[in-house]
Amino acid sequence: MKIRQIQELLDAEIVCGDDHLDREVYSACGSDMMSDVLAYVKDQAVLLTGLVNTQVVRTAEMMDMVCIVFVRSKVPTQEMLDLAKENDMVLLKTKKRMYEACGKLYAGGLVGNKTAK
Amino acid sequence: MSEAVVTLHFSVDGEDFTSAGQASVQVKKSLRQLGISPEIIRKVSIAMYEGEINMVIHAGGGEADVLIYEDHIEIRLDDHGPGIANIEMAMQEGWSTAPDNIRSLGFGAGMGLPNMKRYTDEMKINSVLGEGTHIVMKVNL
Ligand SMILES: Nc1ncnc2c1ncn2[C@@H]1O[C@H](COP(=O)(O)OP(=O)(O)OP(=O)(O)O)[C@@H](O)[C@H]1O
Ligand SMILES: [Mg+2]
Repeated sequence: MKIRQIQELLDAEIVCGDDHLDREVYSACGSDMMSDVLAYVKDQAVLLTGLVNTQVVRTAEMMDMVCIVFVRSKVPTQEMLDLAKENDMVLLKTKKRMYEACGKLYAGGLVGNKTAK
Repeated sequence: MSEAVVTLHFSVDGEDFTSAGQASVQVKKSLRQLGISPEIIRKVSIAMYEGEINMVIHAGGGEADVLIYEDHIEIRLDDHGPGIANIEMAMQEGWSTAPDNIRSLGFGAGMGLPNMKRYTDEMKINSVLGEGTHIVMKVNL
């Protein structure tokens, strides 16, 4: 799935990274606990979260993730934006809640992942 | 054992949650410059990041060293925090002493130490209550 499709499916606003919308992503993960996210490894993943602090972007950076979706219209801080831009990440913001946002993407063909190893 | 080819040293500030993880970011950049494979870089940086966050939220900061050898990478984490009372328990997925204010920041799932083990080929924890915790992890190249 292209990041552009994620944006459409979630009716999301692009916070930054609009020049990377044609990137293909193959897996996603939804959580507010960062170590839960870090337990799942796979290239090109998307992170859906309701959490807003710099560690969300760092976690995504450690995982080589390319897109973070903030659910429930959570607004990332300027510092998060700067970190995301440095790492060529797309940040999206949707009004949908976590359950619905994950459901839409899953139904749209973007599946989850198994734990590493 | 042969000498480390590259060594990196970091002080991890225990007062600043926002900047936690900066040492891991730096390690990631350095490994990339050395031409290490993305798979290995990810393992090392995730394991180090979990350890770095633990030093900040559980131990008031500490020191981190990364030693790159011909055939493996070693990550050393040393703090003078409260120590871990029961290492076997702490290694279990889901076991955490993190208070609510830490949970609201996205940490305290009790997955950090298990992740460090998952992503490394060897992990040793040495912890003394009231004195501190020393962790050595190795990732083979
Ligand atoms: N450096 C440390 N100093 C003292 N205690 C520690 C240290 N690292 C871990 N612990 C203890 O071990 C427990 C388990 O650590 P672990 O990293 O697995 O989970 P967590 O940090 O609580 O949550 P998570 O890593 O999922 O955000 C911690 O809750 C804490 O009690
Ligand atoms: Mg932890």
